Amino acid sequence: MSFALRPTRSLYAHLTTSNFVQCRTIKKEHTLKSGGWERVIPAFRSVCGEDGVSLGEAVREQHGRDESVHRCRPPDVVVWPRSVEEVSALAKICHHHHLPIIPFGTGTGLEGGVGALKGGVCFSLRNMDRVLDLHQEDFDVSVEPGVTRKGLNSYLRDTGLWFPVDPGADASLCGMAATSASGTNAVRYGTMRENVLNLEVVLADGSIIHTAGRGRRPRKTSAGYNLTNLFVGSEGTLGVITKTTLRLYGVPEAMVSAVCTFPSVQAAVDSTVQVLQTGVPIARIEFLDDVMIDACNRFNLLSYPVAPTLFLEFHGTEKSLEEQVTVTEEITQANGGSDFSWARDAETRGRLWKARHDAWYAALALRPGCKAYSTDVCVPLSRLPQIIVETKEDLMLNRLTGPIAGHVGDGNFHCIMVMDPNDQDEVIRVHEFTERLARRALALDGTCTGEHGVGLGKRALLREEMGPLAIEVMQGLKTTLDPKNLMNPGKVL
Amino acid sequence: MSRVLVGVKRVIDYAVKIRVKPDHSGVVTDGVKHSMNPFCEIAVEEAVKLKEKKLIKEVVAVSCGPTQVTETIRTALAMGCDRGIHVEVSGKDYEAMGPLQISKIFAALAKKEEASLIILGKQAIDDDCNQTGQMTAALLDWPQGTFASEVTIDGEKVKVVREIDGGLETIKISMPAVLTADLRLNTPRYATLPNIMKAKKKKIANMKPADLGVDMVSRVEVLRVDEPPTRLAGVKVETVDDLVAKLRANGTI
Repeated sequence: MSFALRPTRSLYAHLTTSNFVQCRTIKKEHTLKSGGWERVIPAFRSVCGEDGVSLGEAVREQHGRDESVHRCRPPDVVVWPRSVEEVSALAKICHHHHLPIIPFGTGTGLEGGVGALKGGVCFSLRNMDRVLDLHQEDFDVSVEPGVTRKGLNSYLRDTGLWFPVDPGADASLCGMAATSASGTNAVRYGTMRENVLNLEVVLADGSIIHTAGRGRRPRKTSAGYNLTNLFVGSEGTLGVITKTTLRLYGVPEAMVSAVCTFPSVQAAVDSTVQVLQTGVPIARIEFLDDVMIDACNRFNLLSYPVAPTLFLEFHGTEKSLEEQVTVTEEITQANGGSDFSWARDAETRGRLWKARHDAWYAALALRPGCKAYSTDVCVPLSRLPQIIVETKEDLMLNRLTGPIAGHVGDGNFHCIMVMDPNDQDEVIRVHEFTERLARRALALDGTCTGEHGVGLGKRALLREEMGPLAIEVMQGLKTTLDPKNLMNPGKVL
Repeated sequence: MSRVLVGVKRVIDYAVKIRVKPDHSGVVTDGVKHSMNPFCEIAVEEAVKLKEKKLIKEVVAVSCGPTQVTETIRTALAMGCDRGIHVEVSGKDYEAMGPLQISKIFAALAKKEEASLIILGKQAIDDDCNQTGQMTAALLDWPQGTFASEVTIDGEKVKVVREIDGGLETIKISMPAVLTADLRLNTPRYATLPNIMKAKKKKIANMKPADLGVDMVSRVEVLRVDEPPTRLAGVKVETVDDLVAKLRANGTI
C-alpha cells in the first residue's frame, strides 16, 4: 500500500456537505489474503469469546467516529480483547490476513484518529480496565487502556496523589499516550510526553514489547533509544498500547482561582508572557477572547465583562499561594488588567471555572444547529500576541464565528469554528481559514497541532512542518515497525 | 466549645464491579478495593469545616470493624480529624454487624466522649440501610437532622436544611444532636501528602464493643445473595398477531 502524500489534497475534502450523513455497509469486496471473513470471525471469537466480537452495524458505527467533525468510517468488525495476550493473538490473525488494525480507547479524539479508512478490525480496549501496580512512594502507577483519567484520579483519591494531565474529556490514559495529549495544566505539570515512563505495546505482527523494559519505572534513564516517546503521539500507527506507566504528582495543598479582564488581547497575552518569565509556577492560565466570554455569559447566564479575559489557577502551600498571587496581580495590573475575582474553596472555584469548562457548548449555542471544529496551533510564547491578534483580524475579515479559548501558558490556543454544515461556502471559508492559521503558526516557529494530533486532517501540514527529510525518517520507522501498513492506515503520515 | 464524633465506614469502592460469591452467602470482598463510604467523606468534610470555622473544638473519627478499618480512620485523620477510635469487631460479628449494633456503639461513645454532635453519612453504599443515624438519635433521645444539605450552627442550636421528596425542609434543633450528610452538603477535600504524613502521628484508640457495654448479637440473618437477573435480548416479531400470541404465551395478557 502506498503512502504517497497528495499535496494538492486540501483539508476540507473531508468536510463536504455529505459528510455528516451516516455510514456505509460492510465492504463485501474487502480483500483478504487467505480464507474470507468466514475463517477470520470464528478465529476472533475463539480468542475473545462469543460476546467479544461484533458485526452489528450500530456497534461498528459507534467505533468509526470520535468527537471530531470527520465523518464516521466504520470498521468491518469490532473486537473486545480482555488481556494483552488476547490483543497479541488477534493481531497475529489480522497480520496473517492483512487486515487493518484500529485501536479504540474512549472515542474522544478530535482529529478522526479512529476512522477505519480501509475498513478492518477495531480493537476496542475498554474491557482491559485494571489499575495495576500503584507505587505510592515512587509516585508511579500502571494502567490498562480501559482506565480513564477521571477513573484513575478517583482510584487515587485516598493516596494524596493524582495524575494532572487534563485534556477536558474523560479519555483513556493509553489513548492520551497515543495522541500525546495535553491540557489546561500542562504549563505546570507537562504533557503526556513528560509523564509516560514505560509502555507495553503490541506490534502489528503480535509481538509484545516494553518500551523501557518490562516492569521498569525509574524516574529517569539513559538506556538506549527513547522508544517510549516514539510511541507517545504515534496515534495507533505503530502499535496497540496495552499498558502505560505514568508519573504521578502530589495533590496540591491548596488551590486558588482568579479571573481578570483586560482592555485588549495584547494586554492579556503580554501578561501571560510576563507571568511565566517571572517564574511563577502557575498551574493554569487560560485565555478567553471577548466573543468567547460573550458566548459564556449567554450560555451560563453570567455577567463577566465582555473583554479579553484570563482565567488563572495557582497550586501550592498557603504561603506560596500568597506570593504567587501577589506577583501575578502586580503584573496584570501593570498591563491594565482589572481586579481579580477570587475563589478558594472547591465549589466557588468550580463556579468560576464553569465558564471556561463550558466553552465548547457555549460556542455551539451561539448558532444552534451548527457544528463546531476546534483549531489547535501552538507557537513560542513570544509569538503569541502576534498570532492571536492576526487571527482575530482574519476571523473578522472573513465573517467567521470563531471564539478563541486557549492554554496561553503553552502558547497553545483553540479557535472554536462554529459553522453551518449545509452552507458550503462557509465550510470552505472555515477550512481555508484553518489552513491559513496553521501556516501562520508554522511561519512563527510553531506547530500545526499543539495537542490534538495529526489524525486524518493534518497530514499535509505535518509534511510542511517537518520537512521532507524528517518525514522520510518517520516513514522509515513506520515501515520497519509495520511493513504491511496494518496499524491505523491513513493517519499521521 | 464542643466535640464532634464522625462515623466512617469502610466499604467496597464505588467504582468496583461487584461479584456475588459462588455460594451466594455474600459478595466477594477478598482482594477487592475498599475505601471510605462517599457519604462518610461528606460527613468528615462537614465536621472539619466546622472546626476550621472554630465552631467546634475537636473532631473524632470512629470506625467499627477489623484491623483494615484503621486505614479508613487514617484517611479521615488526613482530611483533618484530630484523633480516631477503632472499635474492633471481626469474624462472624463483623459479618452480621448492622445499623442497630453501630448505633448502640455510637450512643455509648457519645456519652463517654461527651460529644455535642454526631455526624454520619446518610447511608452506606453497600447495604443502603439509611438507619444508623436515626437509630443513634433514638437511643440517645437526641434530635436528628437527616439528609442534611446545609448545616449552620447558631449558638446551642443547629439549623439544618434537609433534602426531602417535596423539596427542601429547614428545621432548627437543639444540640446535642445527630446529623446525617446528604450528597449536596459539601465537596470533600482530597487528602494531600503532607496531611497523610501528619495523620500517621495522630492517635487512634483501640477498644472492643464489650468495653462500651454493647452486645453485638444480630437479630438479622442473611439467607442468600443473588445478582440481579441478566437482561435478556429483546425479540423482534413480524406481525401484530405474533406479538399478541407471544404476550399470551408468557402470561402478560
